[in-house]
Amino acid sequence: MSDSITGGKTVVIDYQTGNLNSVCKALRAVGADVSIATTPEGLRNAARIVLPGVGHFSSTGCLQDSGVADALREQVAGGTPFLGICVGLQWLFGGSTEAPGVSGLGVFSETCERFPSNVKSPHVGWNALERVGESRLLDGLEDSPYVYFTHSYRAPRVSATTAVTHYGGEFTAIVERENWMAVQFHPEKSGEAGLTILENFLRVSAC
Amino acid sequence: MLTRRIIACLDVAAGRVVKGIQFVDLIDAGDPAALAIRHAQGGADEIVFLDITATHEKRSLLLDAVRRAAERIFVPLTVGGGIRTLDDALRVFDAGADKVSINSAALRRPELITEIGSRFGAQAVVVAIDARRSADGPEKAEVYLNGGRLPAGVGVLAWAREAESRGAGEILLTSMDSDGTRSGFDCELTGAVSDAVQIPVIASGGAGTVQHFADVFTAGRADAALAASIFHCGVSDARTLKHELAQLGLPMRLPC
Repeated sequence: MSDSITGGKTVVIDYQTGNLNSVCKALRAVGADVSIATTPEGLRNAARIVLPGVGHFSSTGCLQDSGVADALREQVAGGTPFLGICVGLQWLFGGSTEAPGVSGLGVFSETCERFPSNVKSPHVGWNALERVGESRLLDGLEDSPYVYFTHSYRAPRVSATTAVTHYGGEFTAIVERENWMAVQFHPEKSGEAGLTILENFLRVSAC
Repeated sequence: MLTRRIIACLDVAAGRVVKGIQFVDLIDAGDPAALAIRHAQGGADEIVFLDITATHEKRSLLLDAVRRAAERIFVPLTVGGGIRTLDDALRVFDAGADKVSINSAALRRPELITEIGSRFGAQAVVVAIDARRSADGPEKAEVYLNGGRLPAGVGVLAWAREAESRGAGEILLTSMDSDGTRSGFDCELTGAVSDAVQIPVIASGGAGTVQHFADVFTAGRADAALAASIFHCGVSDARTLKHELAQLGLPMRLPC
């Protein structure tokens, strides 16, 4: 892949939880020039921004406190593409019943909820994506690729949902609205399909 | 539909795979990283490294293999064996593992489960349980530590539930009775543990045929199964195994 497609810095936000290694490695494997940011200043020269997420919804609270949330909102409004992963998808919603006192970014107003009690939780493993809208991230992939999930909370289907997955009912697996993009699964752990999705994100960024 | 996972497991001693699969074109069939990459390419849904020596002197050899594997494989990578402290776990994650598997150390100090889980997320903590049946049925099986040498004084269901309540993301259950026999997984034991917890259960020990995997996914209600010796028994790779299981009606990630 040439630099003209993937050019500029891909900034991965580190909010001091979980493990950024895998995400950074996978982004580099598809040609991204990755740097890590912990502060609003770190986002400033980003060509695109990635928010990985493992762990508890409450850990996103520090994104508001540190000013990263405001900086991000401004930057994405100004044209910088964003990719949220796992809790990074849930954070784009209004909030989550996992941490009722912590509000999300509110790009989508709905609330994330736990899986119903009639299925095992967390939802761990490879499950299929079902396309329900025009998806830039799934460009070039087969109809229903398998990707790797690990989560106990999920976002409902909204108008910007481009793919759903079925487990205890359907939930949002991919959401895409303008420069806001997010996936509930882990593209960095989803084999070739996951790498293609990350590569597609790098390409979207240059449009 | 959520698929059942086939997890390729590599036993590593002093940085070398023991009982490694002989891929003819691999230059170094004892290199854990080379084999992990091959298994990922061969359709395995996840990879596990189990360090069966795990002495401190040899530790750096394993970490080096984890580092090299993690550069090239983009499916989940779990590392177990000899992880006794949060610092041990940190080094393994730092090398590129996605999950750690803890066994004896969790029995000795169950707080370790919570410590690793709150730092790296519950999804990153696999609690490995070695269990041996008594005459009284699967639910009475006893847990062992130190590689099966020492009874832990706790029943398998009680320990599985405690591990879950302390924040384990998955249970890796090895039947000591079945391990090495190639006569099938202990489906009764696996089913009893799977029913006792909400978190996924990975079955291990006893696989010798494709049907054994089908049995543990149905009668054993396992969410995933470890595959090691099956690859010595005429099944060439995970893709072949998964194709055959799909033909038996099991949901598998295919193509892969």
